[in-house]
Amino acid sequence: MTTSTVQKMRPWAATPKDRFITGLSVFISAALSVLIVAATPMKGKLAYFGLFFLAWFIVDSIFVARRGGAKGVRDGLAAKVTLLGGIIVCMVVFSILWATISRGLKGLNLEFFTSNMRNASLFDPIGKGGILHAILGTLMLITIAVVISVPMGILTALYLTEIKGKAAPLIQFLVQAMSGVPSVVAGLFIYAAIILNTPLRSSAFLGGLALTILMVPTVTRTAQEVLNLVPRDLREAGLAMGATQWKTVALVVVPAARSGLITATILGVARIAGETAPLLFTVGVFDSYNFNPFKGDQGTIPTVVWRGLLGGTPESIQRAWSAILVLLIVVLIMFVAARTLGSRSSKN
Amino acid sequence: MSIDAPVKVTPPARKITTKPRVSDQIFRAIVTTFSFSALLILSLIALFLLSKGFTTLKEQGFGFITNFEWSVFVDENGVEKATFGLQAMLLGTLVISIIALVIAVPLSVLTALFLTFYAPDRVKRILVTIIDLMAAFPSILYGLWGFFVLMPMAEYWAKLIHKWLGWIYIFDVPDPIYTRSPFIAGLVLSVMIIPIITSVSREVFSQTPLDRIQAAYALGATKWGMIRAVVLPFGAGGVVGGSMLGLGRAFGETVAVFSVLNIVFRTNFQILFTQGGNVASMIIQKWGEAGPSEVSALMAAGLVLFILTLLVNFLANYVVTKTVKSGR
Amino acid sequence: MSQVNYTNQNGKLMSDQPKNTTPSSLSDVASKRAESKVAGTQPLGTGLEARGVHAWFDKHHALEDVSLDFSAGTVTALIGPSGCGKSTFIRTLNRMHEFIPHTSMAGQVLLDGKDIYESGIDVTKIRLQIGMVFQKPNPFPSMTIGENVLSGLKLAQLKVDNQEDLLEECLTRAGLWTEVKDRLGAHAGGLSGGQQQRLCIARALAVKPKVLLMDEPCSALDPGSTLRIEETISQLSKSMTIVIVTHNMQQAARVSDYTAFFLSDGGPGQMIEVGPTNEIFSRPRDERTENYVTGRFG
Repeated sequence: MTTSTVQKMRPWAATPKDRFITGLSVFISAALSVLIVAATPMKGKLAYFGLFFLAWFIVDSIFVARRGGAKGVRDGLAAKVTLLGGIIVCMVVFSILWATISRGLKGLNLEFFTSNMRNASLFDPIGKGGILHAILGTLMLITIAVVISVPMGILTALYLTEIKGKAAPLIQFLVQAMSGVPSVVAGLFIYAAIILNTPLRSSAFLGGLALTILMVPTVTRTAQEVLNLVPRDLREAGLAMGATQWKTVALVVVPAARSGLITATILGVARIAGETAPLLFTVGVFDSYNFNPFKGDQGTIPTVVWRGLLGGTPESIQRAWSAILVLLIVVLIMFVAARTLGSRSSKN
Repeated sequence: MSIDAPVKVTPPARKITTKPRVSDQIFRAIVTTFSFSALLILSLIALFLLSKGFTTLKEQGFGFITNFEWSVFVDENGVEKATFGLQAMLLGTLVISIIALVIAVPLSVLTALFLTFYAPDRVKRILVTIIDLMAAFPSILYGLWGFFVLMPMAEYWAKLIHKWLGWIYIFDVPDPIYTRSPFIAGLVLSVMIIPIITSVSREVFSQTPLDRIQAAYALGATKWGMIRAVVLPFGAGGVVGGSMLGLGRAFGETVAVFSVLNIVFRTNFQILFTQGGNVASMIIQKWGEAGPSEVSALMAAGLVLFILTLLVNFLANYVVTKTVKSGR
Repeated sequence: MSQVNYTNQNGKLMSDQPKNTTPSSLSDVASKRAESKVAGTQPLGTGLEARGVHAWFDKHHALEDVSLDFSAGTVTALIGPSGCGKSTFIRTLNRMHEFIPHTSMAGQVLLDGKDIYESGIDVTKIRLQIGMVFQKPNPFPSMTIGENVLSGLKLAQLKVDNQEDLLEECLTRAGLWTEVKDRLGAHAGGLSGGQQQRLCIARALAVKPKVLLMDEPCSALDPGSTLRIEETISQLSKSMTIVIVTHNMQQAARVSDYTAFFLSDGGPGQMIEVGPTNEIFSRPRDERTENYVTGRFG
């Protein structure tokens, strides 16, 4: 009975020697890539990157070949190539984040958050004028889109998960199709349906309608997922107590999925917050505050970025980067909120 | 006298009917009504774009798809003469979307494989977050990044490609101008569709039946051998479906493409040259100065785009659902 | 106490075993055919030996200190109630245990005297020598019957000169040749469950393993198919070492030379007793074994 002193082992895990070899081959490859770049006319980050991986493939294969033969070499190469895929994707994301933060920060100041562009043009030096009007406009648009699309999305999801009527497969199919509607088409549609047919002209309300088309599928699909996670016996418990289906859904199912439904809303908002194309048809551009959601053009962050990009001067481009940084921070906050809520609700 | 064998009587199945209470009937009615909003919205989009674009479609006929000229001018008698043809834009959309797929599909499949079979737990969680975040970036951000950060790099890559592969027609250029080319637009689009293809592929790969994976390992397969024998045949349909979802997104992308592509109404297959097309971004390019007849043409273009993306999405969802269900 | 070493020196015991309970006429005919095909195709080696094997799932101690010797050319059955660690044990024998995340183990497993857990060893080569058949038949559905049998060669990148001969040999040994010889190009999904399982056995045989591990190979099959598989095992036992996990004590009695009884009393699974199959079933030394084999629990 000496069992309690037995040492747990993981003979399949990498040993210190394996790790040393991995480190050594990475080091040799890095050194090789530097040497080759120095010795040949090749230059640039791309050359370092490419040569390093090439060298690593070769050097590590030599180490692997001793143990695993040709089969092992191929296996090792496959592992490295998939890793390379992951690294490239990460590099793209970090490049985007870095560019936005480093370029955007330069234009951020108090004025940028507290004033509008009524008395300033895109081409004025930074420090004159701000995007408060656009922040408010975007908030207004989001609010309108949320008010319309959250009930719509959640009710559609309830139809798919609770009622499961005859049309459920069709609805499911259409919701998926709707998530593929290009944003420019959503804008064109609102223009064709409302602006060309009624006295209404571009306003925050019409923009909210266009964004609703893009937001509903996201809300529906996420809500459907979380409603499906509500245990069946919870529903049956409600029904068995003699509650109506309506009461069961309202008092049991929806509360149980509450934080998941909030996640669905947040993901929907993140989807539309930066949409630009539909706003060009439905909201227009405006340089000052407009508190009437039903009348008049509205300033929004995406259109500020858009005009800044098209403006082409260093000042206007700086404004574009700073405005997109503000938008990105908003999207990031929502993203983190959705994640934390999502992970909390899945734990319960 | 004989006794008859007892006859077995099977009672007819009772039909269970319930009459829902009034509150439930109202609840069901409301929920069902709202659930048809997707149908309503999709039909309205088709209806209104068709009605507003009808004049153009009638005047141009089939030429709206096959012509590559887009011009409006008023002759000396004050009569408007207009030719609207989408050919260059449709082909241009196809070209940049295919470039995007060629770059994005291998990268996404590799990333999905890395996530499913190679990455340690912690790396996996971080990378999944990064990819989800990528999907949440607004398209205007991709446009800005594509123009100011990617384009200078991509211009250099384009020169390299031209230097070594310029003898192939598609990598040749009539003039040495490499910015705002279909190649760069394709690169930006590829970055935008990577999260879609990666997450669909990962989903399908992770559903590979464990017993098949074990069977391969028990036969002495390496991890890569197992992936080739089991995971890729199983997940191929999902990768195709995910790629088509990405294609749908690439077809409809507007502002990001507009930022990095020089839109010219001429069919161009020399992908490194600064000349290309894309229906969606053409619409916003022409929108600003469009007169009534041109607005009608743009509505018709929107309708074509809508139908195109709808078809691709239908097909993609069909492929994905079928793969996941069939279990092969 | 739990460390019971049983080393067999007497290969002749085999003929005394109760596995002759299978219909003898059929199996005699079949085994003669098999003998003519496979006699002496490969050296048997000295067998497989587990020394003080433990297994953990995360913190859960699933298997405690099991030492067992599987002599070359014998069939050993692992029996015991559910959750006693026998499946975990068999998976440590060809290093399939480590695919479950957060697992660990201790002890040694020796194949022909060499530790298969030694660092620096190529684990894929180990699994080539120690094949495995699983509970549920798991042929590759995207491959044809023929491709399935030869898939191990492709996976391990082994070259064989005469693939047709190997195909026929493996399917014959698995008792499937006559049923499928006319449709080797058909997809494996069309076979019945029992045929699929024999296809999996043929697939495992194609890479010429020295040891074949079978984890409840008949639990998903009907009695007729079970019988066919048992016949197959009897034939194979002449040319290789077989370890079989089974819930079915009659099956253990029919096919095995040795039987090891596993049990968990709430703690980690342990091996209680091992011996020649007829002894385990007729006069077990341990009371718990007796209770189990006489059906008093489990």
